[in-house]
Amino acid sequence: MIGVEHYVVVSSILFVLGVLGIFINRKNIIVILMSIELILLAVNINLVAFSAFLHDLTGQIFAMFVLTVAAGEAAVGLAILVIYFRGRGTIAVDDVNRMKG
Amino acid sequence: MDWSHSLRLIAPEETLSIAGLILLLIAAWGGDKASRLISILAVTALVGAAFLVAPALCGGHMGPDYSAFFGQVHADAFSAFGKILIYLSAAATLVVAPAFFERLGAMRAEFPILVIFAAVGSGMMVSAGDLLALYIGLEMNSLAAYVLAAFVRTDGRSAEAGLKYFVLGALASGILLFGMSLTYGFTGTTSFAGINAALSGGLSNGALFGIVFMLAGLAFKISAVPFHMWTPDVYEGAPTPVTKFFATSGKVAAIGLTMRVMLDAFGDQSDAWRQIIVFVALASIVVGALGAIGQKNIKRLMAYSSINNVGFILVGLAAANPQGASAMLFYLVIYVAMTVAGFVTVLMLRDENGENVEEIGQYAGLSRTRPGLAAALAFVMFSLAGIPPMFGFWGKFLVFKAAVDANMMPLAAIGFAASVIGAFYYLKVVKVIYFDEPVDAIKWKSDVWHKAILGVTCLFISPLGYLLSGWLQGLTDTAATALFHTL
Repeated sequence: MIGVEHYVVVSSILFVLGVLGIFINRKNIIVILMSIELILLAVNINLVAFSAFLHDLTGQIFAMFVLTVAAGEAAVGLAILVIYFRGRGTIAVDDVNRMKG
Repeated sequence: MDWSHSLRLIAPEETLSIAGLILLLIAAWGGDKASRLISILAVTALVGAAFLVAPALCGGHMGPDYSAFFGQVHADAFSAFGKILIYLSAAATLVVAPAFFERLGAMRAEFPILVIFAAVGSGMMVSAGDLLALYIGLEMNSLAAYVLAAFVRTDGRSAEAGLKYFVLGALASGILLFGMSLTYGFTGTTSFAGINAALSGGLSNGALFGIVFMLAGLAFKISAVPFHMWTPDVYEGAPTPVTKFFATSGKVAAIGLTMRVMLDAFGDQSDAWRQIIVFVALASIVVGALGAIGQKNIKRLMAYSSINNVGFILVGLAAANPQGASAMLFYLVIYVAMTVAGFVTVLMLRDENGENVEEIGQYAGLSRTRPGLAAALAFVMFSLAGIPPMFGFWGKFLVFKAAVDANMMPLAAIGFAASVIGAFYYLKVVKVIYFDEPVDAIKWKSDVWHKAILGVTCLFISPLGYLLSGWLQGLTDTAATALFHTL
């Protein structure tokens, strides 16, 4: 029998993978955008699982909002990335270091 | 609960949203030539919205009569207090922005519109009564803010600031959301009142994880240590008017939101999160002060100073009572005035080509060439350091008093000692502008609007501000009472 705790474990693993993807990743920024999506998906699994478990629709509605905002966020993020690439000609994480201190 | 009542309560948000959409049409029609007109209309809309929320603050609105859409949004005195600060500082940003962008050829018609939408989102953050409203408000503010940070598309530093802000902001939203999903799962509701009621039987481990994750996400947004690392880079790289907007409106919204979540939803669990807040507050005060010491760029210095100030504000949150909340709001008003004055001064400090001078070394001997500007900068620095005759002292005094009254002597003592470290770098700036050999780099003559905003804010943070303290104390007390009576 699969209970709600199984879902929470899966979503926690996905969440941790997403966070590690942002911090350990030394390659390029597209991977960071993918990690952010992974975090949001982990949240959605949590919300939908809790919603089914609690017999309460709020969680599923919340998941819809998260999906919508995630789409907007990805659009804005990619737009900023394009501007950055035009100026610098690279999207490697190690090169994002004009300002330090 | 009927719709027309709810719609009346959110009149300021409606005004701003409709104004933003109409201005978007004007922008599509008129292009960048219309940017001046759009700026003027946007300032009018923001000031108008501030007038619309004023009655809720002056009338001390609170309780269920003033919550709209089934408790999603609270239009009470607390949110009115936050919104007035947010809208007015957004308007101040728009007044000083054209002079900055026009020299770079980067003034676009979208700028005022993005500021309006960010202000609507900020207003929703301080009035949220439900995790869903909280999230929508936060993202509405953040998405506009990411674009604003990268607004000067030709400047590499601006694009880099936008990118860093986006990545870390999205991460913060993700952490906050994860905390919200856990809180929802272990309490069975998303409304703050429901969460508070569900936790009254005791705090389960899952809900505790929810609180910790939410606190981490919020700490990102208010740029508190240990989640402060984006602040200096974003503040330095973003265009100066945008930095000013982040440091005032954005900060007020994030702190208002933190107060709502911590004191409303988790208000009865304060023993569970107080230690975290105490640690974050002290760490922010110390790291903010130490980090600022070596800085050569005035915007980076202001970024570390904002981390430092957030620490002082959180001292009031650790008290977790109406007195502490009132002290936080009082501090916030003074902080906004100091920050506006500081950044307007930075915007006025330009060389003969109109290029902004951000290097502190270039301000040497400013007192001999531009005594007025030098005095304004000295005012801001003394006030930020909290040196007694200045009004900045009173904010610090109130938060520490709240901590002492809540039996948190060690917190107040360590915070007080650490504020002395902060005084060092503030006074260093004063030393450079008053006692160093003049380099005479500042030549620019600013327009009357810059001077007007600088004059008003400097008068407010000067000792004359104490004349207003009785009135302001009444308003912050009303707002804090409303925060504790939303349930």
